[in-house]
Amino acid sequence: MSPALIAALPFLGALFPGLAARFGRGPAALIAGLATALALAGLLSHAPQVLAGQPVSVRFSWIPALGLDASFRIDGLGLMFAGLILGIGLLIILYARFYLDDREPIGRFMSYLLLFQGAMVGIVLSDNILLLLVFWELTSLSSFLLIGWWQTRAEGRQGARMALAVTGGGGLAMIAGMLILGNIAGSHDISVIVTRAAEIQASPLYLPALILILLGAFTKSAQFPFHFWLPHAMAAPTPVSAYLHSATMVKAGLFLMARLWPALAGTPEWTAIVATAGLITLLLGAKIALFKDDLKAILAFSTVSHLGLITFLLGLGTKAAATAAMLHILCHASFKAALFMVAGIVDHAAHTRDIRSLGGLRKAMPVTFLIAAIASLSMAGFPPLNGFLSKELMLEEASHAVWLTPWLVPALATIGALFSVTYALRFLAQTFLGTPRESLDHAPHDPGFGLWAAPALLAALVVASGLLPMPIFGPIVDAAAGAVTGAPVHAHIALWHGLQPAALWMSLAAIGGGLILLGLYPRLRAIWDATPRPEAKAIFDALIAALVAAADGLTARLHNGALSRALWTSTLAILAAGLWAFWGAPHAPGQRTLLQPGGVAVVGGVILILAALATAFRHRDRVLALILTAIVGLLLSGAFAWFSAPDLALTQISVEVVTALLMLLALNFLPDHTPAESSALRRLRDLAIAACAGLGTAALAFALMTRDAAFPLISDYHWAQSKPGAGGTNAVNTIIVDFRGYDTYGEITVLGIAALVIFALAEAVLGSARARSFLARMPQRHDAGDAHPAMLIVGTRFLLPVALTVGVYIYLRGHNLPGGGFVAGLVFSIALLWQYIASGYLWSDHRQRFNHHAFIGAGVLTASLTGLGAWAMGLPFLTSGYTYVHLWPLEEFELATAALFDLGVFFCVLGAVMLSLATLSRLAQHLRPAPSGTKEA
Amino acid sequence: MELLVALAIGALTFTGTYLMLRLRSFPVILGLTFLSYAVNLFIFAAGRLKTAAEPIVGQTEVPTDPLPQALVLTAIVISFGMTAVIVMMGLGAYFETGEDRVDAPEGRDGRVEDASDDPVGAAAETPMPKESRA
Repeated sequence: MSPALIAALPFLGALFPGLAARFGRGPAALIAGLATALALAGLLSHAPQVLAGQPVSVRFSWIPALGLDASFRIDGLGLMFAGLILGIGLLIILYARFYLDDREPIGRFMSYLLLFQGAMVGIVLSDNILLLLVFWELTSLSSFLLIGWWQTRAEGRQGARMALAVTGGGGLAMIAGMLILGNIAGSHDISVIVTRAAEIQASPLYLPALILILLGAFTKSAQFPFHFWLPHAMAAPTPVSAYLHSATMVKAGLFLMARLWPALAGTPEWTAIVATAGLITLLLGAKIALFKDDLKAILAFSTVSHLGLITFLLGLGTKAAATAAMLHILCHASFKAALFMVAGIVDHAAHTRDIRSLGGLRKAMPVTFLIAAIASLSMAGFPPLNGFLSKELMLEEASHAVWLTPWLVPALATIGALFSVTYALRFLAQTFLGTPRESLDHAPHDPGFGLWAAPALLAALVVASGLLPMPIFGPIVDAAAGAVTGAPVHAHIALWHGLQPAALWMSLAAIGGGLILLGLYPRLRAIWDATPRPEAKAIFDALIAALVAAADGLTARLHNGALSRALWTSTLAILAAGLWAFWGAPHAPGQRTLLQPGGVAVVGGVILILAALATAFRHRDRVLALILTAIVGLLLSGAFAWFSAPDLALTQISVEVVTALLMLLALNFLPDHTPAESSALRRLRDLAIAACAGLGTAALAFALMTRDAAFPLISDYHWAQSKPGAGGTNAVNTIIVDFRGYDTYGEITVLGIAALVIFALAEAVLGSARARSFLARMPQRHDAGDAHPAMLIVGTRFLLPVALTVGVYIYLRGHNLPGGGFVAGLVFSIALLWQYIASGYLWSDHRQRFNHHAFIGAGVLTASLTGLGAWAMGLPFLTSGYTYVHLWPLEEFELATAALFDLGVFFCVLGAVMLSLATLSRLAQHLRPAPSGTKEA
Repeated sequence: MELLVALAIGALTFTGTYLMLRLRSFPVILGLTFLSYAVNLFIFAAGRLKTAAEPIVGQTEVPTDPLPQALVLTAIVISFGMTAVIVMMGLGAYFETGEDRVDAPEGRDGRVEDASDDPVGAAAETPMPKESRA
C-alpha cells in the first residue's frame, strides 16, 4: 500500500461513520475501526522492508514552485509512530464504542477521531516540512473538536480554546522556523534537510530557526512553560484523553524533535534549551501530579512529566539517550493509554473520579484492579514491567550527563523518578486498596468485556514487553533510533544489567524514596495546601483578557460603529503608506514624450474637472449632484474614445445610463436633499483629507504617465496572438473572452451574485413589517401630469426592435471590432428598461416571458459549458478554438467557442442589470396600496 | 495632455473621497461612483495615453496597451453591480430605521445600540442545551 494512501485512509474513513451511525453504534465504530485497521495493515506490510533499513517513499509534485511536494516516507521512526497512532487508535475506537453514552452522536465522534488520526499519521509520514506543517495545523484543529466534544460544558469549551490557542500559536511560530530551516538547507524535503546538519548549524539563522521550531514542539508536547494547557484538555471524554495524551497529540512535538534531531541536535544551544526545558517539565509535572485528586488530572500531570523525561533524553543529544527516548515513547504509550482507560472505567462505575471519595474498589472490580496495578506499577518503574526498562536507560544516560556539576542531573533525574513512584502508587492505592467507601451512591462493578478489552490488551503488552524486551521492542527501537540518529543502532534492552551500572542504584533509591514519600504524604499535602502558588490558568486567562481588551480598545477607537470614522482613518492610513513610499524613492522627472493637447479634448477635460468639483460642493441638492455625476460619466466615456479605447467608451456610456436609472429609482425613495449637519471643522478636515488624496493620486498618475513601462508589456503577447491564437482582431475582446477568460468567468459570476443579493435584500426588506409600514407611510411624490405619455410609449415600442438589432450587431462584431457581450447585454437592458419607464413596472413585468434569474443562470451555465467543452477535447478548462465556415450565400465567417463564451457574458449581464433595476422598481409598487401603473398602453 | 488627465484623476478622487466621508447614504454612494471613475481612469492611464491607436489588428500598427482596457471594461460593469448592491443596502437601512445616516448612533462602549425589537438578536442568546453525560 502506498504511504500516501495510508495517510489518506483515515481521512477517507472519516466520511463514513456519520452515515453508518443511523444503523447504530456498532456499525459506526466498525467502519471507523475498519479504516484504521486497513491503514495499519498497509503500514505493517512495509514493516519488514523498513526494519531492514530500507525506507519506503512516494512523491507527487504539488506546488513545485514553492518547493511543496506531497511526499511521504516510511522509515523506522515513521513506522514506530504510525504504528502507535493506528494501533492505539484501533483500541480507542473499541473502547469509545462502549464508553460513549447512547445519546452521544457516535458517528460524529468517530469522524472527528479519524480526522485527528489522519492528521497525526500525516505528520509522521510526511517527508516534506511544508506538508508536515499542513498536517500539524490539522491536528490542532481536529483536536479542538475532540477536546471541546461536550460543547455544553464550560470547562470543555475553555479547555479546547486554550489547547487551540497554545498549540496553534506554537504552530505559527513553527511555520516561520520551518521556512527558515528550508531556506538554509535549500530544500523542504526532510530526507535532505537531515543530511545538511553542518550548513544548518553553521548558519547565523540557526538559533532563530531552532527557537521557533522548538516553540512549536514545546507547545504541542506541553513542555514548560507551556505545560498548562494539557490538564485543561482533560475536559474531553476519556477516550479522547487516552488517545491524545498517550500516543498522539502530545507525542507530535517529540516526534518533531526526533525527526529533526540529526539536523538540529548536538549543539550547546540545543542541549541548553531542550534538556533544560525537559528536566524542568519532568520535575514540575511530577510534583504537581503528587497533589492532584482527580484521576485524570494525576494522569495528565504525569503525562507532562513523562514528556519532559523524553524531551530531556532527546536534549542530551547522544545516540544512547535518543535510543532510550524511543523506548520510553513506546512504553509510555502502552501504560498511559491503559491507565486513562482505567480512569474512564472507574468514572463509569463509581460516578466520580475524585480519589478522595474512592477506595477499596479492589474487590468490586478485580479485572480493572489487575489492569490498573500492572499499568501503574509500570509507570512507577517497577521490574519486570516495561516502564522499568526505559527508566533504567534514562537514569543510565542521566548519570553520564554533566550540567553545571556532574551530580546535578543524576540527582534531579532520580528525584523525578522518585516522585513518579509516589504518584503512581497513590493512584493505585487510593482507588483500589483500603476500605470500600459507603459514600458511593451505588455498588460499582467491573464493566463488560468491551470496555476492559482494550486496556487489558495494553496491560498484557506491558508485561510481555517487560519480560521479553528484545523480541518485542528490539527491532522497532533499533529502526526508530537508527532513523533518528542516522546511524545503525543496536540497543541492548534488558531487565538486568548487573550490579555495576549507576542506574540500578538510582532506581533503588527512587523506589525506596518514593515509598517513604508515600508514607509522609498527609504531612506533605498539608504543607502543599498551605503554600500559595501561581495558577497557570489564571495567568493565561488574564493574558487573554488583556489581549482582548487591548484589541477591543483599538477597534473601538478606530471603528466605533461610525462608517465615516472607519473611512477617514483608513484613507489616512493609505495616504501615509503612499507618502512613505514617495519618500524612499528617487524624484527625478519622467522623460517620456507627452501628447500634444488637442482643442476639444482640453475643453472636455476642463469640464469634467469642473463638474467633479461642483459635485463635491453642491452635493446637498441630490438631483443636481446626480446630473453632474452623469455629466462626468459621459465625459469620461468621451475620454476613453479619444484615447483609443472604443470598447471602454461603449461600455462606460451604457453603464452610465443604467447607473443613472438606478440612482433615480433610489432617489424616488430617499429624501432629495442632504441636510447640512457636519460642523465647519469636520468639513474642513474632510476637505483636507480629500485634497491630499486627490493631489496624491494626481501626482502618482502623472509620474506614471511620464515614464515608460519598467517591464516588457504582457500585452505584446496578446497583441501578437490576438489573430493567430484567438481568431479575433479586437485585442481587448480577445483578452476578455479568451486569454483572460477565466477572470471574466469569475467576474460575470460575481455580477450575477450581486444581482441575486439585491433580490434577496429586497425580499428581506419586504418581509419586514417595519419596512412595509414605513413604505406605506411615505409621503406621496407629485406625479408628472401624465405618468405614461403616449408619445413616449410609441417611441419606445418603435425603438425596441431597432435597439435589439443593434445589440445583436454589437455582440456579433465584438470579436473583431469594438463591442462584445458586455456592451450588448447593456444595450439590451437599456432597450427593455425603456419599456419599464414608458409603461410602468407591472405592465412590463407581465410581459416578461423569462425571469431575470433564468438569464443569469443561463449566462453562467453557457460560459461554464463552453469552458467544459474544452475538457472534452482533452484541453484545459476554457481553452478556446475557432474555425472558418463558408456557407453560401454568405461570405466566409468565423465560428469561435469564444463567441459562445461571450454569449454567456451577454446573458449574465442582461439578467443581472435587469434583475437589479426591476427589483428596485418592484419596491416602488409597495409605496401605494392600489398601484396606478397598470395602465395598458 | 497627460497633466490634464492626471488632474482629472485627482479631481475625481477628491470628490469621491469628500463625498464618501459625508454622513448620509446617498452622497456616500455617489462618492463611491466617483472613486470608481477615478480608479478606472487611473488603471486605463497606466497603459499610457495614445490617440488614434485602437488595439484592433489590421487597423493599427503600434496600438495602445489593450490589457488595461480589458481590465477596466470588466471593472466598469462590476462597479455597476457593486453600486446597485450598496444602493439596495442603503434603501433597506432607510426603510428599517427611517433614517439614511451611515453612522450608527454612538453608544458608550462604541457599539451599535440594538434598537431592534425583532427576536433574531435574542435567538442568538439561547441557553445551552442540557448537559449530556458520558
